Amino acid sequence: MAATQRRSPLLVTVSTVLVVLWVVVAAFPFVWTLWGSFKVQADFFSLADWRNALRGTFTTIQTGGSFTAQGYHGAWVQEEFWRAAMNTMIVVVSVVVISLTFGTLGGYALARSGFRYTFWLLMIALVFRAMPHITLVSGYLLPFFQWNVWGHLPTAIIVLVAINQPFTLWMLHSFFLNIPKDLDESAMVDGCTRFQAFRHVIVPVMWPGVITTGLFSFLLAYNDFAVTAMLLSQQNHTMIPKIASFLGSTQVEGNVMFAVAAVVSATAPLFVLILFFQRQIVSGLTAGAVKG
Amino acid sequence: MRHRTFFWFIAPSLAAMILFIALPVVSVFIQSLHVEHEQVLRTVENCGPFGCSEETVIDRAATAELRAAQPLGRFAGLSNYTDRNHLAFSELATMWERSDSFADFTRRAMTLPFWRAMAFTLTFTFVVTPLVLTLGLAIALGVNALPRVFRGPTIFVSLLPMIVTPLIGSLVLFWMVDSRGVLGAFLQTLTNNPDLSLRASPTLTWIMLIVYGVWSSAPFAFIVFYAGLQTVPEEPLEAAMIDGANRWQRVRYVVIPHLMPLAVFITLMQLMDNFRVFEPIVGFQAQASATSLSYNIFNYLRGDAAQFGAAATTSMLTILGVVVLLTPVLIRTWRDFNRKRS
Repeated sequence: MAATQRRSPLLVTVSTVLVVLWVVVAAFPFVWTLWGSFKVQADFFSLADWRNALRGTFTTIQTGGSFTAQGYHGAWVQEEFWRAAMNTMIVVVSVVVISLTFGTLGGYALARSGFRYTFWLLMIALVFRAMPHITLVSGYLLPFFQWNVWGHLPTAIIVLVAINQPFTLWMLHSFFLNIPKDLDESAMVDGCTRFQAFRHVIVPVMWPGVITTGLFSFLLAYNDFAVTAMLLSQQNHTMIPKIASFLGSTQVEGNVMFAVAAVVSATAPLFVLILFFQRQIVSGLTAGAVKG
Repeated sequence: MRHRTFFWFIAPSLAAMILFIALPVVSVFIQSLHVEHEQVLRTVENCGPFGCSEETVIDRAATAELRAAQPLGRFAGLSNYTDRNHLAFSELATMWERSDSFADFTRRAMTLPFWRAMAFTLTFTFVVTPLVLTLGLAIALGVNALPRVFRGPTIFVSLLPMIVTPLIGSLVLFWMVDSRGVLGAFLQTLTNNPDLSLRASPTLTWIMLIVYGVWSSAPFAFIVFYAGLQTVPEEPLEAAMIDGANRWQRVRYVVIPHLMPLAVFITLMQLMDNFRVFEPIVGFQAQASATSLSYNIFNYLRGDAAQFGAAATTSMLTILGVVVLLTPVLIRTWRDFNRKRS
């Protein structure tokens, strides 16, 4: 289609400029922060002259080199960001595995059952999906204090799994609708039970959809702030609440650079994720839309 | 699928949702009917050389004991909903009487925590959503016109603002527009006003938060629209060209109608996501100028003196807002579902 159309040079210029502008707007903040994370505070937050951040004037004065890893050292070693990173890893892996297990079973059932209640379940899931997470958190706190389960990683994990379910169900439900019914039904004609048909026929072909859904479960758990900040105790904090807690202690000169370094460290895995799974993320974003 | 099999398949998922979404909503509702215990007061008599005086002191031990025995607090009925921190009917009525113009009334009403948060949340939701749709479509059309080699990298870069943790995204922007950051300094030079600080001005803070909202959500609209553009049918486009439609008319009458269902989908997702705006306010430290419903809840819950009753009441009102927001969608889906069945 593109080749057959003649385009006016003006239009080409306008659309190219727009895209270039967008790319700069989207990428520059990250590039700038990555660059600045290797400077000292006086450079990255320069009162005198913003070009200090480029030249690294104060970085050279204070550390001798034009780049410094002070921020990273402060965050990872001094403030024990590694502990938060470990916690994040535990939480994220558990959430993804559990919510995919629950979600594939549920999504498959929703896709294969034609009764009216499936519709209502999906609608309720939609409402649950729309509820701000913090509203639920206000419901958790008192009971969790009472039962003495507040502050532990498993609590946050199971809560995130539950919050994740509505989305996972919708996504996998629409994915399973695309797998022909004949596949598992013919297995059942051959004498399989429903679960055996699921196990031996559906499971081998479901991975593309499961991986896509898993990526979004990963993002939900990784990016969460409301639940992990409110339900985890200080030493169990994951990366995002940990970064937020750095902000409270920025009065000390240089401490804000800990937050900058931590932000860059926490963005890196996401960067790698897009690098490897760009196609799946794009297809996941559009999967819901195509279904309408 | 038989009912029993269906049940066993859905059971784990359903149990998780009932236990950690449905029951907490019930718990939130019950909490919203209670307020914290007042401090237990005790009158003690102090007798000194010049006679005795009575003094009222707070009995800390008794207060703590009472709070431990009944953590919910005391039953307060719907008073939480009507108090100054929430719907504040009586305060609004007084303000209405006292204010001489509508602008004056709005200014006064903005001192009420709930209405202030509501005003920002709704403004954010209904300004960001259309902007995201427009910008997303513009980028999608632009990228679609690019040579194929550039498309992949453009999409890669575009995904960054959307994928990145909201708190991180807002911090990254905040550090740049801070008066000591690179953009803040640039703006100061541009306006020739060395005291210009985005944080000091409520209007600028709102604009900043909205810019963040568009920045972080536009990629979503872009990706969905871009995928839709790949499936625009050829024939109507060619027919339109033969009929002499120019490029704009082709976009307006062929491409946009084709993308309409996608726009509805994006709008729905955006309304849901923007209504719960929360992290940017923490990231931009904007609470002095802008608070959202979610931020208010967070604020009530945080700290040693958590106000569970107030948090729960705001939560209930927020959930109500979500339901109102979703009603058109639910009705539409219900009709579609029935049409498909019959």
